[in-house]
Amino acid sequence: MARTLFEKIWDRHVITRGAGGDTLLFVDRHYLHEGSFHAFTALAREGREVRSPKQSFAFDDHYVPTVDRHLGIPGVADAEARGLIENLARNTAKHGIRHFHMDDARQGIVHVAAPELGLTLPGLVINCGDSHTSTHGAFGALAFGIGASQVKQVLATQCLWQKQPKSMLIRIDGALPPGVTAKDVILAVIAKIGIGGAQGHVIEYAGAAVRALTMEARMTMCNMSIEAGARAGMIAPDDTTYQYLAGRPHAPVGEAWESALAYWRSLPSDRQARFDREVGLDASRLEPMVTWGTNPEEGVPVSGAVPDPANEPDASRRARMESSLRYMGLTPGMPISDIAVDRVFIGSCTNGRLEDLRAAAAIARGRKARVPTVVSPGSRLVKVAAEAEGLDKIFLEAGFEWRDAGCSMCVGINGDQVPSGERSASTSNRNFEGRQGKGARTHLMGPAMAAAAAITGRITDVRAL
Amino acid sequence: MEPFTKLTATAAPIDIVNCDTDRIIPARFLRKAREPGFERWLFHDMRFDAQGNERPEFVLNQAPYRGAKVLVAAANYGCGSSREAAVYVMYDYGIRSVIAPSFGDIHYGNALQNGFLPIVLSDAECQRLREQLHAQPGAEITVDLPAQTVTGPDGSIYKFEIDPAAKERLVKGLDDIGLVLQHIERIEGFEQRYFAEQPWVSV
Ligand code: SF4
Repeated sequence: MARTLFEKIWDRHVITRGAGGDTLLFVDRHYLHEGSFHAFTALAREGREVRSPKQSFAFDDHYVPTVDRHLGIPGVADAEARGLIENLARNTAKHGIRHFHMDDARQGIVHVAAPELGLTLPGLVINCGDSHTSTHGAFGALAFGIGASQVKQVLATQCLWQKQPKSMLIRIDGALPPGVTAKDVILAVIAKIGIGGAQGHVIEYAGAAVRALTMEARMTMCNMSIEAGARAGMIAPDDTTYQYLAGRPHAPVGEAWESALAYWRSLPSDRQARFDREVGLDASRLEPMVTWGTNPEEGVPVSGAVPDPANEPDASRRARMESSLRYMGLTPGMPISDIAVDRVFIGSCTNGRLEDLRAAAAIARGRKARVPTVVSPGSRLVKVAAEAEGLDKIFLEAGFEWRDAGCSMCVGINGDQVPSGERSASTSNRNFEGRQGKGARTHLMGPAMAAAAAITGRITDVRAL
Repeated sequence: MEPFTKLTATAAPIDIVNCDTDRIIPARFLRKAREPGFERWLFHDMRFDAQGNERPEFVLNQAPYRGAKVLVAAANYGCGSSREAAVYVMYDYGIRSVIAPSFGDIHYGNALQNGFLPIVLSDAECQRLREQLHAQPGAEITVDLPAQTVTGPDGSIYKFEIDPAAKERLVKGLDDIGLVLQHIERIEGFEQRYFAEQPWVSV
């Protein structure tokens, strides 16, 4: 029978089926971060061991500072954050789990660092106690976020009980116009289907526009699948995928590579495969996107205006829009390009990769920032690569801050926050109330757009700059 | 895990559509250990002002709704971040069940892992329940998991669906790990075959 990419990977990992249609699924890779402490605490309380420590990999990312990293752990000024970082080191050491700690040259945001190390491969089932685990689906893996109890379960058993999600095809045909990026595509997808639009589904992104994307851009797209409510997002592996992986530190080599490749080539969805839902989008009509509200579906093209709730016939939608506009401090009908920003953040697991930094640097080159701007590379390998190309110099000359790698201002829990009432242009993935700091007002956009906002102090159509 | 069977308790309406887990517990409290006092972070920025004083307009700060054990919410409750602390913080406050038209998938799964019952009723049913709770502050709702029913303040009975395996686990208070380890021989057999056929998976 014809199967989708998702079904092929799912079927390959079924250990057994339990009562009520639950499936016991084998987990190939399990990624951990400092936030995984609840799971380790519970594991210890229950007196359980880690069953397959070699299949787990830990990264310091959420709580690490992005300044003064040469001081190491003792230099983490925030005692609670330091405690969580030490806690992960203790737990991984105790259980024999590989840990890319904050001093490691390969450290980074788990969703940036694991792929670049070649840990994320096509055909795998990958879990992490983080909703943006969907990022790894860009390689044609089935990767989804889990909560702390399930992290504990994977640690203890290397399996998970799961109900099989439904499948959804999002086909993006045509070619992206100049200046339009993967971030704009995914924001347009979310604006179209809504933040609950893919609930209970695994999305497969397909079509000419997706095929043309680099691996980094594919990761940006899959990353935000959760922002449409999806269980996971994935893209069939192809030569772009294999070229990216070849020679990565943990990718298979020699015969193992050849046999992996043969298997990976069997993964793409069969022609006759059926999806539970299908959605189409024409890439050639897309523009750079910007969010105006307090959830990722509240986005419009940069040439547009802040929507007017008065034009919304549905009462509950209208009320939601009003509440978003109140929080964001915006007037209905005002052009998006009239919105002045107080600061800019370039980084995160959505847009903290080398290509993203190149796009931002191309705009920053020879110009000056009007508002405080922080650039935090998604990993230390990205940082080193960017510095080798001189991107750090371009940023510094433009008055941007060049920081170390971590989640930073995406979530603000390491102390890199947007002050209350301030407005930020951010390349991250969530514009929820208080996400970048209590009272912070976030506008999501791509890296070149964010750099343009830094230069002009307003949201700016990067194509006109 | 505490078994969940039947509960009659005060219910509170949460009218926010897309109430994400950042609202249920803001990210800056995720660093907190789960110890006495953890319930303080529940809906923190809606519940307390900048000085840490209660905002009187927030439903759980109003006397009749204080100590509610059931919430009736709006669509897409618990979307966003996978933080299980969003369940812990409700549980530690005393809440045991949320009724909503839909849930974020990860949040729904996290609830089931903690003896907490997420119930899906239609948008219209949830709206009706919320209106009744606003009209009669402090009114009670009965949640009966074995019967798969919710009884509203006016005595109306609503049927809900739940996966039979999830129901059994909740009713018996079973732990997922225990249920996995029953299959340990199968798991070991699977792993042997799997790694023999796909040696490239090993790091
Ligand atoms: S960068 Fe942001 S979204 Fe990504 S893992 Fe870190 S906190 Fe989560």
